[in-house]
Amino acid sequence: MIQLASLDALKAAFPTVSISEFRNQMRAVVPPAEIYDSLEFLRDDREFELLVDITCVDYLTFRDAEHRFGLVYLLAGIETNERLTVRCFLDEPKLTVPSVVPLWEGANWMEREVYDMFGIEFEGHPDLRRILLPDEFTAFPLRKDYPMQGRGERHNFPVLRRNMA
Amino acid sequence: MALELPENVVVSKLDELASWCRKNSLWPMPFATACCGIELMATGASKHDLARFGAEVFRFSPRQCDLMIVAGRVVMKMLPVLQRIWQQMHEPKWCISMGACASTGGVFDTYSVVQGIDRFIPVDMYVPGCPPRPEQLIQSIIDLQDKIQREGTLTGREFETAARQKPKRALIELPILPSRHWDSRLRTLGIH
Repeated sequence: MIQLASLDALKAAFPTVSISEFRNQMRAVVPPAEIYDSLEFLRDDREFELLVDITCVDYLTFRDAEHRFGLVYLLAGIETNERLTVRCFLDEPKLTVPSVVPLWEGANWMEREVYDMFGIEFEGHPDLRRILLPDEFTAFPLRKDYPMQGRGERHNFPVLRRNMA
Repeated sequence: MALELPENVVVSKLDELASWCRKNSLWPMPFATACCGIELMATGASKHDLARFGAEVFRFSPRQCDLMIVAGRVVMKMLPVLQRIWQQMHEPKWCISMGACASTGGVFDTYSVVQGIDRFIPVDMYVPGCPPRPEQLIQSIIDLQDKIQREGTLTGREFETAARQKPKRALIELPILPSRHWDSRLRTLGIH
């Protein structure tokens, strides 16, 4: 595995990190308290200078799941040609992780999207607003307990009739 | 008493004359949000040639248009924009709901997609299809011209009548039927 050296270094620096493998893809599971420091370590010491994406998974009805939300950071190293998945599991009521905007400027909109769809709060984010949905939207629609047809948001508009303008 | 008319004079009603002028120079406003917009462009282009029916001048300013063609799905964030543009258009104005998504929401039965624009703005013609062929859109414009000729009046009395009519469709949201399977799964997890 190409990322093994990086994973070993991460494990040595942060003993609480656990490593798991699925179909030849390695991933590191980091507790929320250490997510910022471990990502900073990976960026500075292991040359993962590109943050590909931040996304989230809701494991509400997932079989054998222990946690509610799984935050996913996809990293890539341009020089080393390595890719790494860093995960961080969160449970209600504490859905807060530190923002990584100080590390990667591009994390700004990614974290806003995760906040918009899942309601994960990123502490220290410069501008944590909704990015896709309207500001007055109250729910977090990609959570699994949100009904797919919504709760009437799509019908909350005035009806225009003829000769009203 | 028979009135002698010269050969080049035709007697008609003023309403019909106004409608005849209006129907043959429709100025469409393309509100194209999805793949129906591609067919809309093909309709206006040379192969299908909407100019044959006097409706080829697509204008992107609503103040210069009198026919709104809503082509594609309308999400809930877009609907206030659609309503604003509709209000900016001059009377008399008409609306064509092009395609399954604009008419009913289509396959997008989700929280963010409006389930038919006719719930919120008046619609004169519905075009089925996903997306409709340009021939279908041309047929709807021909039908709309026919409607304007039959119902149109100089002062727009037909719009008053339409405003008094009850909306044809239920404007209330249908109840969301709970999935029994889903509820039981939530209950086993101790959530509901």
